[in-house]
Amino acid sequence: MLEKVNYAEIVHRCFRCGYCKFPSDYSEINCPSYAKYRFETYFSGGRMWLIRAWMNNEIEWSEHLGEIMYSCSTCRNCVEHCVFKFNEQLVDVFIAARSDMVERGLVPKKVGEFFNNLAKFGNPWGYAAKRLEWVGRDYANNEFLLHAGCVAAYDDRAKKSLKALLELLDVAGVDYGVFSDEICEGNEAVIMGEFGLFEQLMEQNRKRFEERGVKKVLTPDPHAFNAFRNYYGLDVVHHTQLLWNLVNDGELKVGKVEGKLTYHDPCFLGRWNGVYKEPRKLLSRIGSFYEMPRNRKDSFCCGGGSGNFYTDYLGGKDSPARMRVKEAAETAEILVTSCPVCLMMLDNAVSDEGLELDVRDISEVVLEALKS
Amino acid sequence: MYEELKAIVGEEFVSKEPEELYIYSSDPGTMPPVKPDYVVMPKTTEEVQKIVLLANKHKVPVVPMGGALSLSGLVRPLRGGIVVDMKRMDRIIEVNEKARYAVIEAGVSEGRLKAYLDKKYPSLRISTPDAPPIATVTANALIHGSGRLSQIYGFHSEMITGMEVVLPTGEICRVGSCSVSPYWFSRSPLPDLAGLFIGWFGRTGIVTKLGIKLFPKHRYRDVMIFVTENPSYVSDVIWRVAHTEMAEDITVWAQPRPEWAEGFQHTTIYVTADSEEELEFKKKIIRNALMDYIKQKEGGFLYLTPGMKAMFLQEPMSQLVRFADVRRGGGFEYVGAILPVDLFDVAYQKGLEIVERLGIDWAFSIRIIGRSHCMMFAYAYPFNRADEEDVERARKALHETNKAVLEMGGIPWKAEAPAQQLILESMDEGAKRLIKSVIEMLDPNGVMNPGNWEVK
Ligand SMILES: Cc1cc2nc3c(=O)[nH]c(=O)nc-3n(C[C@H](O)[C@H](O)[C@H](O)COP(=O)(O)OP(=O)(O)OC[C@H]3O[C@@H](n4cnc5c(N)ncnc54)[C@H](O)[C@@H]3O)c2cc1C
Ligand code: SF4
Ligand code: SF4
Repeated sequence: MLEKVNYAEIVHRCFRCGYCKFPSDYSEINCPSYAKYRFETYFSGGRMWLIRAWMNNEIEWSEHLGEIMYSCSTCRNCVEHCVFKFNEQLVDVFIAARSDMVERGLVPKKVGEFFNNLAKFGNPWGYAAKRLEWVGRDYANNEFLLHAGCVAAYDDRAKKSLKALLELLDVAGVDYGVFSDEICEGNEAVIMGEFGLFEQLMEQNRKRFEERGVKKVLTPDPHAFNAFRNYYGLDVVHHTQLLWNLVNDGELKVGKVEGKLTYHDPCFLGRWNGVYKEPRKLLSRIGSFYEMPRNRKDSFCCGGGSGNFYTDYLGGKDSPARMRVKEAAETAEILVTSCPVCLMMLDNAVSDEGLELDVRDISEVVLEALKS
Repeated sequence: MYEELKAIVGEEFVSKEPEELYIYSSDPGTMPPVKPDYVVMPKTTEEVQKIVLLANKHKVPVVPMGGALSLSGLVRPLRGGIVVDMKRMDRIIEVNEKARYAVIEAGVSEGRLKAYLDKKYPSLRISTPDAPPIATVTANALIHGSGRLSQIYGFHSEMITGMEVVLPTGEICRVGSCSVSPYWFSRSPLPDLAGLFIGWFGRTGIVTKLGIKLFPKHRYRDVMIFVTENPSYVSDVIWRVAHTEMAEDITVWAQPRPEWAEGFQHTTIYVTADSEEELEFKKKIIRNALMDYIKQKEGGFLYLTPGMKAMFLQEPMSQLVRFADVRRGGGFEYVGAILPVDLFDVAYQKGLEIVERLGIDWAFSIRIIGRSHCMMFAYAYPFNRADEEDVERARKALHETNKAVLEMGGIPWKAEAPAQQLILESMDEGAKRLIKSVIEMLDPNGVMNPGNWEVK
């Protein structure tokens, strides 16, 4: 379980020097919320100082402060680039401060809605349950429980990518099943500081897993991957890892896809969990792969993490997602990612920008390569 | 006024919320906070102009801000008003490869210009300061910053080739060759109006575009560290190395930690070349220049591991900022004394006397500017911002150092408002009258960053 850090011992150590705004080469602003808002309040250093000010009663909580706190997508670019020794704890500080705010009932409106829906319906939008009934393959002691995560379960675009994954798993003969009544694993709840709600969701999920004998989880959602791996302590694989093994072992016989490919690292897969190689190996195997200038540890977040795909604090014309697809369009014709949240954010951004860029999940391109 | 500012820059780029006012009331140094009334982030020169005109209409101060990293509280709005965060004006407008200059908007950061050149013009470079990379090229040049090429080419202010300025009355004006020609190559041969805006801390106008010199970037770089245990040798060591004209950058550092560094002065010499042969040749000449010290066992070169070399060669040197964590409290500030190199020993001894008397942590970090024409001697003091007594101790040390520097015949660089007053006390009466007249002439309503260079 995530330890709640004692941020009172850390916040005053931030110098507000701004190294954390950048990628390694300082070429662009790489903190998504600072890139959008540009006020000094919206980057890691600004947040550290504001948390300290709030803690010392120099400023009061306000909806605006709440929005500043929650527009951090917890992408961990600052963790990667802060030059101080407490860098590893930066995002933990934000989470802990949010948690203290939540405990006092201090959450901005949209975040409150998010939590309420999650508590009542097991998903952020308040949609009906039985979200994976359409898969028609209930878990029955299979090798893997396939956990889709909220976005792949409900968002139309992400759902399509989930279907591609299911098709690939069938072709490769992978033994999996789903919970048709899957509920959120709670990654966003804990990251957004609702520890109580997270405990509740984790307990519910654990109970179901135990009752139904789940041993291994397969998920296309890096957010779920993070929670299962780091908070539940489960044996979990991300679909990029499984797909690479299947392709590499010859279980999936792939050809080539047309067009230049590039890859957007989802923060919860890359910076949070260090999975960088598998997607690149896969894409290099099936097509012409080009890196965007900001990649791997320097990747630029799509702006969807930490509930922002719902709260939309990072939306609008200067959104990180729009910046990211422009960068992708200068690099390649097909922007591949491996996260339902990124897929949804980037796909919408391409429409908003009117770009000729194809945004796909990695399972969709692998499926195309399989059929080619 | 809020509505008027919104109409100029757009709703999302103006704030009067307590959170922004809090953050923009201070920088990371020791100066006490002063709250602005508004923070705005313009995107164009025209927007800056409209903000300044509005400030005149309402007789409200305007304070330009870059990276807010000068540490001496220079971007605090001393009389309230509008803080203008320039960093949205971040276009690199032109790089003239053959004439070796760039034209940039005022919010372009050191980091971004460096990365841009590395990628698109790999044979060109700027003189990078060791400030964190979000520091703006424009503010750095305007405050007489210095960097990796200052030993050869001088202060960064000397590298300015032209500028576009919004005057305190709202007129837009160009200075340098760009006032006559489409090229931004030089401030000569015209009356040098740039001096009206350099070193003034935004008191005479907001610079919106800057022409800045670029320099050849060589393929090979190396670093050597010459160690002495006697500060009275250092000015001669510097003089000898500068005389060879083989070094690119010369810095000196002395600090009590780590233990192995205590009591020594480390003269760090950077060498660049286009071939290994040239590099070795330059290093040899430098070694020869210091041979007397080596023979008499009064100095020697430090063995540098690849890790240490990489750290020293990094631009900017990110390790430096970690000095703020010495007292685990996120703060340091320094007096950057501009002094003749000859005064190294005096400056060093005076610094030690202050830190010993006040019992304060310290580091001295010196950069040579010009061929030992002068140096920026930084007396840096870390503090724990969560401990008011510690902050006060650092303030006291800074104040005493500022006074000592003036007594030695030096001048505090990027001086805090109180230190500006100390400088003015020592200044020639004629110069003071001129400063006053310039301000009154350019800024009749007293709206441009008032409180700075205030001649009483
Ligand atoms: C670790 C560390 C190392 C450093 N090393 C160096 C170094 O090697 N060399 C060096 O020179 N400095 C160094 N500095 C000091 C400082 O960070 C730099 O000088 C920095 O470049 C200042 O730029 P800024 O954008 O942060 O300026 P700011 O602090 O934002 O502004 C400085 C002044 O310029 C004015 N100003 C800002 N923009 C404009 C404008 N557009 N028009 C008119 N006036 C304007 C402001 O009102 C203010 O008075 C260092 C600082 C730190 C923390
Ligand atoms: S979080 Fe780290 S890098 Fe960012 S401003 Fe604070 S000290 Fe600097
Ligand atoms: S985690 Fe990402 S969004 Fe949040 S402050 Fe750090 S860099 Fe910015």
